[in-house]
Amino acid sequence: MNGTQKQLKAGFPWKQVIGLILSLTLTFLALWIAVGLSLPVHVTIAIIVSLAIFQAFIQLFMFMHVTEGTEPVHQLMGILFGIYVAFTVVAGTLWILAYAL
Amino acid sequence: MIDSVKSFLGWFFVTGDPMIYGADASIALVSIGIVAVLTYFKKWKWLWNEWLTTVDHKKIGIMYIIAALLMLFRGGMDALMMRAQLTLPNMHFLDAEHYNQVFTTHGTIMIIFVAMPFIFGLMNIAVPLQIGARDVAYPFLNALSFWLFFFGAMLFNLSFVIGGSPDAGWSSYAPYAGAEMNPGVGQNYYLIGVQISGIGSLATGINFLVTILKMRAPGMTLFKMPMFTWSILITSVIVVFAFPAFTVALALMTIDRLFGAHFFTIAAGGSPMLWANLFWFWGHPEVYIVLLPVFGIFSEVIATFAHKTLFGYAVMVWSMVAISVLSFITWLHHFFTMGNTAPVNAFFSISTMLIAIPTGVKIFNWLFTLNKGRIQFTTPMLWALAFIPNFTIGGVTGVMLAMAPADYQYHNSYFLVAHFHSTLIAGTVFGIFCGLHYWWPKMFGYMLDEVKGKWSFWIFMISFNICFMPMYFLGLMGMTRRMYTYPAGLGWTPINVVMSIGAAGMGIGFALMAYNIVWSAVRGKKDTTGDPWNGRTLEWATASPAAEYNFAHIPEIKSRDAFAAMKEARAAGHAETVPPYKAIHMPNNTGIPVIMSAFMFIAGFGFVFEWYWMGIPGLIGVVACMIARSFVYDDHHYIPVEKVKQTEAATGRLS
Ligand code: HEM
Ligand SMILES: [Cu+2]
Repeated sequence: MNGTQKQLKAGFPWKQVIGLILSLTLTFLALWIAVGLSLPVHVTIAIIVSLAIFQAFIQLFMFMHVTEGTEPVHQLMGILFGIYVAFTVVAGTLWILAYAL
Repeated sequence: MIDSVKSFLGWFFVTGDPMIYGADASIALVSIGIVAVLTYFKKWKWLWNEWLTTVDHKKIGIMYIIAALLMLFRGGMDALMMRAQLTLPNMHFLDAEHYNQVFTTHGTIMIIFVAMPFIFGLMNIAVPLQIGARDVAYPFLNALSFWLFFFGAMLFNLSFVIGGSPDAGWSSYAPYAGAEMNPGVGQNYYLIGVQISGIGSLATGINFLVTILKMRAPGMTLFKMPMFTWSILITSVIVVFAFPAFTVALALMTIDRLFGAHFFTIAAGGSPMLWANLFWFWGHPEVYIVLLPVFGIFSEVIATFAHKTLFGYAVMVWSMVAISVLSFITWLHHFFTMGNTAPVNAFFSISTMLIAIPTGVKIFNWLFTLNKGRIQFTTPMLWALAFIPNFTIGGVTGVMLAMAPADYQYHNSYFLVAHFHSTLIAGTVFGIFCGLHYWWPKMFGYMLDEVKGKWSFWIFMISFNICFMPMYFLGLMGMTRRMYTYPAGLGWTPINVVMSIGAAGMGIGFALMAYNIVWSAVRGKKDTTGDPWNGRTLEWATASPAAEYNFAHIPEIKSRDAFAAMKEARAAGHAETVPPYKAIHMPNNTGIPVIMSAFMFIAGFGFVFEWYWMGIPGLIGVVACMIARSFVYDDHHYIPVEKVKQTEAATGRLS
């Protein structure tokens, strides 16, 4: 009972809708910059990587409730491990494929 | 007209091989048989209400295990076919193309559709019970995960009779797996079938991470959790962080194949090596996804049957944490020979050897747990004891393979095949069999027969050694992986014959286990106590099988090995007061997960054949199910006190 009433009262999920629209815009913006414009490769990469990081923050705050929760240590560990894995895959891939690129 | 229909059918269905016609016939017969039995006994409604729509973690666990056992049967038949082909030189049982399809199917099925779902099944059964919870954190998502896995597996298996099987190995390396060199639908089946079940795996990882962090019984701090639960917590973290790499890799290759992109083809600026790189960035953590949980199972079983608490609990935990961190920086050891620079190979060589340290630490912990224990040789304990030496051989040969210069010699030889079977069979398969026998009474309320269980153990374990120990030497003698036949006169024949005998023995061991399951279902000893093994952890504190709500009262935890402590307190005469029952809040069953996954199957099938008229409506169906779900407000119910009382009285716990 309780849960139902709370859900009904929560109202329209503006935060999520805005997050969704922003994510879609950023994604298509990145696609357009890579495909539609013919900027130098390094510039393209720099722009789309910064858009990606921006979008990661949108995901974290609009959808993934980083600011909520009773045990912030869980969030912190998760984010740190995520950064570790993201760094490993990107840096590792560049290093491994460097001779081939 | 007639001709074009004929040629379509000839292309659509796999033709030309009598074995495949046999399979067609048996699939048709089994399906008709199942439908007939269900209809005759009027069981459709029961099937829908009790199983297809269930969100109960115990039933989902059972369904995972049934599916995984069936897949193990299929993967095992593939293994026996390969061994039959390789027994003698110049055999013509399978041709080259067919052999390629068989090892691809075998590898993919064994890893993705046997090892993982079996483990997911066991963790569904045991984890919520071990932490004193009434269900997982997201029961709906749990059902969805299962059905996505199930339909993904069905899609992959369909390739055998419709369209043709993939043949690029379970690792599906570019460029061979790309559209230019591998036209047809086989590779699409691999990409999309594995992708669908992968979404389910990712969701399971999230679900159990949250369940273990959030749903533990009061008093159970992280360092009071049973070791199996710890292993699942860490496995879940690895799943959550490793699977996205695979999801992306599969999606990129799907885009390459279906829409003509070139992520993995050199000609248009792509990089085939990038596939290997992404695949193994997931692939190496994946081996820990299928190993850490069985480490957890062995820890439980060894502690239970040595009648001691686990030696070095904290060290066990920290070594698993270390493994989870290290497992993300060793992936290159799978392709040392692709021409990387020396510093790259050196780094990954060292990181791989490092990961052997925490693993070795765990081996010593189990040995010290056994030391001075009162060891009871039950079937699960036999599997656990056999694991230690057999797995160690796999670990030691792994360190040999980790030396990059030496790997130039071992790489893709039968030495490698022997190594990974030593870890996957002596680790994962022994572990899931161990867990299956250990938790069987908890799942079904009766025991598996011990005598038959021990026979199947000895036959399987000895045959495993007959099959895979000689294989190391065969590799050193130069026989390479994935070759479909070999000439006489290389000295390989005797070893191959011995190996095939071992493989057949493993088949017999498995068949005996299957027989034991059927026999025990009819005649097995009932478990009326809920605690047949004198267990130490909470899953044994409730009835076998546990009631829908698991625990009428959520237990309060004061120490590790919570149930052992409760039993001691009880023996010391500390009476427990039973507080009055309360109504219990439970999630409702729902048909959406199975329907949504069926739409996913339809969409997947459409994309496999590049029939967008089918794929797109399938996806629309998936989205429609999501929308439908988001309007379900009435998703839970209360089990009234009366009903709880009745259930508890029926299991004899109200005295
Ligand atoms: C009855 C037991 C088994 C036997 C006799 C067996 C035998 C074989 C054989 C003959 C091959 C092909 C070697 C080649 O031609 O390169 C193979 C490959 C493989 N097996 Fe097994 N196997 C068994 C169980 C398992 C299990 C339980 C797993 C995993 C959980 C597994 C995972 C694999 C994988 C990943 C491959 C590599 C496939 C590839 O090259 O793409 N096997 N096995
Ligand atoms: Cu590896």
